[in-house]
Amino acid sequence: MTDQDLCIENVTKTFGGFAAVDDLTLTIPDGSFFALLGASGCGKTTTLRMVAGLEEPTAGRIMLGGLDITRMRPYKRPVNTVFQSYALFPHMNVADNVAFGLRRKGENRADTRRKVAEMLDLVQLGQYGTRRPAQLSGGQQQRVALARALVNQPEVLLLDEPLGALDLKLRRQMQIELKRIQTEVGITFVHVTHDQEEAMTMADTVAVMQAGRIEQLGAPAEMYEFPASAFVANFLGQSNLIKAEVTGQADGHVTVDAHGNRLAVPSARCRVTSGAALLGVRPEKLHLADDLDAVPSGHAAVRGVITDASFTGVSTQYLVRAPWGSELTVFVPNSGIANPALPGAEVAVHWSPAHSFLVGS
Amino acid sequence: MRTFWRWLAEKWVLLLGFVLLGYLFVPIAVVMLLSFNQPASRNTTYVLDFETFSFTWHNWTDICGAAGICESLTRSIYVGLSATLIATILGTLISFALVRYRFFGRGSTNTLIFLPMATPEIVMGTSLLTLFLGLQIPMGFLTILIAHVMFCISFVVVTVKARLAGLDPRLQEAAMDLYATPWQAFCLVILPLVLPGIVAAALLAFSLSFDDFIITNFVTGTSDYTTFPMFIWGSNLRGIPPQVNAIATAMFLISFAFVIAGQLRTRRRSARRAATS
Repeated sequence: MTDQDLCIENVTKTFGGFAAVDDLTLTIPDGSFFALLGASGCGKTTTLRMVAGLEEPTAGRIMLGGLDITRMRPYKRPVNTVFQSYALFPHMNVADNVAFGLRRKGENRADTRRKVAEMLDLVQLGQYGTRRPAQLSGGQQQRVALARALVNQPEVLLLDEPLGALDLKLRRQMQIELKRIQTEVGITFVHVTHDQEEAMTMADTVAVMQAGRIEQLGAPAEMYEFPASAFVANFLGQSNLIKAEVTGQADGHVTVDAHGNRLAVPSARCRVTSGAALLGVRPEKLHLADDLDAVPSGHAAVRGVITDASFTGVSTQYLVRAPWGSELTVFVPNSGIANPALPGAEVAVHWSPAHSFLVGS
Repeated sequence: MRTFWRWLAEKWVLLLGFVLLGYLFVPIAVVMLLSFNQPASRNTTYVLDFETFSFTWHNWTDICGAAGICESLTRSIYVGLSATLIATILGTLISFALVRYRFFGRGSTNTLIFLPMATPEIVMGTSLLTLFLGLQIPMGFLTILIAHVMFCISFVVVTVKARLAGLDPRLQEAAMDLYATPWQAFCLVILPLVLPGIVAAALLAFSLSFDDFIITNFVTGTSDYTTFPMFIWGSNLRGIPPQVNAIATAMFLISFAFVIAGQLRTRRRSARRAATS
């Protein structure tokens, strides 16, 4: 643990009788790009507002380095926020907006002017200092909001769905931009979002929140490949989840019975080792074969009938109805090989057991 | 003839507009004209007859000539300014409370604040009179002030509230997040943004107070604290001095100047905005 880690310790926040954040414990390492991911109402924004000082925790404490900031007033915290609505001051020009924090801290005029100019250059708005926020586009306003927070060199920068109001193309551009800026300034970024792709693209560490608790925390790739629960498997990308019953363990594998099919999952990829479970495989890790004979040895396979095929450019997405009635999603990459499979065709869906995982149902 | 009908078909909206403008401004024009007339007697102050019209500057040069006229005007301005100041401060505070905070009785306050606007003035006047008599408060400046503040507050609250409701509550949070104390956040961010609403409310309050006759008539009682509308009402019985027209014209010109100045300011600002973007 380095000096400036942000530690949220057993924090609970209730509104009326409802616990928006429920006994949350979280350590965000100094200098990391951390994403809090969850659907709306999962408590991610409340968590952020408690770190900013805009809400007070009902219980627990928040530490920044060695400093207890739980009850510290927002204007005394070395923490700045980029608001979802940007909340730029409409009666001030861009430069005055950015200078606001420095002036409150009593920085001298020359330093303020220099830092504001540097920061506007960093967000590529050097020429826009004298404009009013209303004269800027959404993407430019977003960058002003970022500059206004970053110029104060906070210990932690909080971003509340900062890209939510931008269109898709601009959002992609800003994701890369934000990542670049974070690497450049080395400040801890805590990014709240409901967009799993955004979280995975940008963050070193992602925490998936649900109902005021952390469902899983880890590096994006790690979580994607081996989700801790059915919720995470579905929230972070798409998953095929097949109902299964654990039947036994042998040779480092857990064997399951899924609708009469005996399938094996490596023990290291099992969150549960007994009882009812869900066997998961990502759609891009499923392959199609003409029949069971064509399935490579060592692969698990089930039979099915193609019900839908949609061409998306980079891949073709198939829906395959399994004998037990549910549909499996299969992404077949468009690697130039002809894919003549058509709806109605009987196929075998197969996968490497090493790509499957087992979670509690 | 056909071309005339076609012309009319194209321009009738415009013509109607001019007729309506005339309807609104003819009475004011008459007052302006009469301010330059020397009536034969006080009973003919409001007779506009071009046969007997005799042009004079006298009403303007001797604007305080009629007994009591300028005293009553001063009183009205004094009452207006005091009532405006108090009503604007109180009304603004109420608006902030209603928009920014959730508290017991907020809903009913929100509704009740409209009550003075909806109550007929004659009812409010009589009830205030009863109240003051009951409490044995001597009639005069104080009772008039209390009454004026009371009916002005509603209008201030409604005006300021509209402005406040349109304000993003995140702005205050953003200011506090950027190291502004609550007081600094108020002075540097909230107040400048709400100020146009507060100024509008103050102007409205002043004109309401300055203009009020019915309620004032009740709460003046038997005191000799005669406001300008009361003075005109009183002199109507004996004949209105022609200076009243000069004062009315001057008041109209002053408010007109305010409107023009405001328009110019907005136009200049939008021109500047267009130039920079």
